[in-house]
Amino acid sequence: MLVADRVIAIAIMALSAYLMWHATALPIGWNGMTGGPGGGAFPFWLSLIMLLSAGGVLVRSLGQEKSSQHFFDGQMLRSVIAVVIALFVTIALIPLVGAYVALPLFLFWYLKIYGGHGWVLTGILTLGAPVFVFFFFEATLKILLPKGVTEPLFFPLYAMFF
Amino acid sequence: MDTLALLADGFATSLSPLNIMIVLLGVTAGLFIGAMPGLGSVNGVAIVLPLTFIVPPSSAIILLCAIYYGAMYGGAISSILLGIPGASTAVATTFDGRPLAQQGKAGLALIAAAVASFIGGTISVVLFTLFAVPLADLALAFGPAEEFALVLMAFTTFVGLGGDDKLKTIIMICLGLVLSTVGLDLISGQPRLIFGDMPGFYSGISFLVLAIGVYGIGEILYTIESSRTAPQVTPARITLRDLGDGIRTMNRMWRTMSLGSFLGFFVGMLPAAGATPAALMAYGIARSTSKTPSSFGKGNLEGVAAPETANNAASTGSLLPMLTLGIPGSPTTALLLGGMVMWGLMPGPMLFIEQPEFVWGLISSLYTANFAAVAINIALIPLFVWALRMPFTVLCALVMVLCIVGGFAPSQKMHDVWLIAGFGVAGYLLRKADYPLAPLVLALVLGPLMEKSFRQTLIAEQGNILAFVERPLSGTFIALAALFFVLPLVKYLRKGGARSIAPAE
Repeated sequence: MLVADRVIAIAIMALSAYLMWHATALPIGWNGMTGGPGGGAFPFWLSLIMLLSAGGVLVRSLGQEKSSQHFFDGQMLRSVIAVVIALFVTIALIPLVGAYVALPLFLFWYLKIYGGHGWVLTGILTLGAPVFVFFFFEATLKILLPKGVTEPLFFPLYAMFF
Repeated sequence: MDTLALLADGFATSLSPLNIMIVLLGVTAGLFIGAMPGLGSVNGVAIVLPLTFIVPPSSAIILLCAIYYGAMYGGAISSILLGIPGASTAVATTFDGRPLAQQGKAGLALIAAAVASFIGGTISVVLFTLFAVPLADLALAFGPAEEFALVLMAFTTFVGLGGDDKLKTIIMICLGLVLSTVGLDLISGQPRLIFGDMPGFYSGISFLVLAIGVYGIGEILYTIESSRTAPQVTPARITLRDLGDGIRTMNRMWRTMSLGSFLGFFVGMLPAAGATPAALMAYGIARSTSKTPSSFGKGNLEGVAAPETANNAASTGSLLPMLTLGIPGSPTTALLLGGMVMWGLMPGPMLFIEQPEFVWGLISSLYTANFAAVAINIALIPLFVWALRMPFTVLCALVMVLCIVGGFAPSQKMHDVWLIAGFGVAGYLLRKADYPLAPLVLALVLGPLMEKSFRQTLIAEQGNILAFVERPLSGTFIALAALFFVLPLVKYLRKGGARSIAPAE
């Protein structure tokens, strides 16, 4: 827990420094012409406060005793990482093979392989969810989801609904 | 009376067939979302917001408020049947709700929770109606200096009154504010913080992206970790006799329930407090003023009634500053505020003048939502018992898909979907490390207003920074803000003292 606390505090300090560096693209000081601070001042000084506070968290943690409480539980960590990887793979697949391939794949993986559910439940949700999404977003709201290489398959559907 | 006439006009809007349907739909959805362990009103509103594009803006807000309301009722259901709070706001309900369920009185406890929620909701909506106009009138006198001071005060309440680690709270406020500056500079129009000219950042980071990430994906990751196996559901049956018994017992608790309602309403208005501490405080007061304090925690119906009135009253209370001042009182209302801005309905005093039909339609819909929620809650109890048996993996998978599609829909950019995933993982880790997420979301929503009002004031006053303290109203807010900020310091110097209770929602 203590190690994680320190790592996160250091990560926030690094992020603050990175944000401060980007904020300097616009004036961060007092603008005498118009009165008031420049465009970069708000993000710059707030990032500095963030940096100092995270530094405070880090310094404070140095004086603390190691606690027996673990930040991650081994098995739980594995399931969380599995879901995060599946999520990232799904998002990466969406522009390539389209939402209507990537999302059912995700559901199939989550329900059948990860969740260990039966074929009936998996089948209903894996096929039902994309149909719902299509009718809700595309047919009703006219918001087109990315289709990737599967785009031509949707031409007859477009003709029907638009 | 003026307010009554306006409210009557409002009912003309909210009782239109579309809006009645929307309230019923929203309340039912909210009840289910609230009943699911891990998902509360803020998660519900974040996940459902992109779906509300399907109805006109004013109805969309009514829908979201109905979900908010329903989720507040629903939170008690899993507190009682599973012993796990359906949302953090229902934590106090488990103290006596769970023992009651174990004694085979789950049905009675559920009825008590629903009736108490109804009383809390009704009293607070009446208070809301009474306070809305005077507060909006007061807010009309606000200039940019007052707006800045008020936002600053809202943030300092997190530091002074919130129960979380002070340094971590400050970090999250600053992070939210910095993220809100991404995009084009408000005054000069130049791009800033675009991270090496990434086009996706030119339009800034939408509150919705952060909210879906943190409260959708992040919450699911957190739920995966904390509970993988489905918990034991206590069976509950409701007969008409139970209902009669329940209402008769509740009739003896007016003192507890009205106390809980008033307390909840006023605590709910504070940005840092909200429904969770309000419910815990109401529980504490009910126990200490009871004739039999030892019966609390062992299945006293009053221990269910007190927190449930308070958390519903608090949810209405937090709507009041959001609608009248444009300063949300809770993360959920921060999302409602973001949604309203997205639809071109800028909350604040001008909304009462420019869009009276909308404002009063919304207020009157709170009355209808309250009636709908109590009726649907009691009628659908068997359905909730069944729904709570749904395995987590099914719920998680569907919420994930909804987050991806819902995150894409508003902007139609994959950039936002990636951000959602990133915020989800970051939010999960930060939450595990005890960083409070509510100030982060609030800061992102209020950031643009804070910076704009700060710089507008300085430009108008030719760079005179004392302008903030010279104006009486803004000076008062700044003084209060300073007080909240030094409060923890004073407490620290006094070596401990009374630590403030429970984190905000």
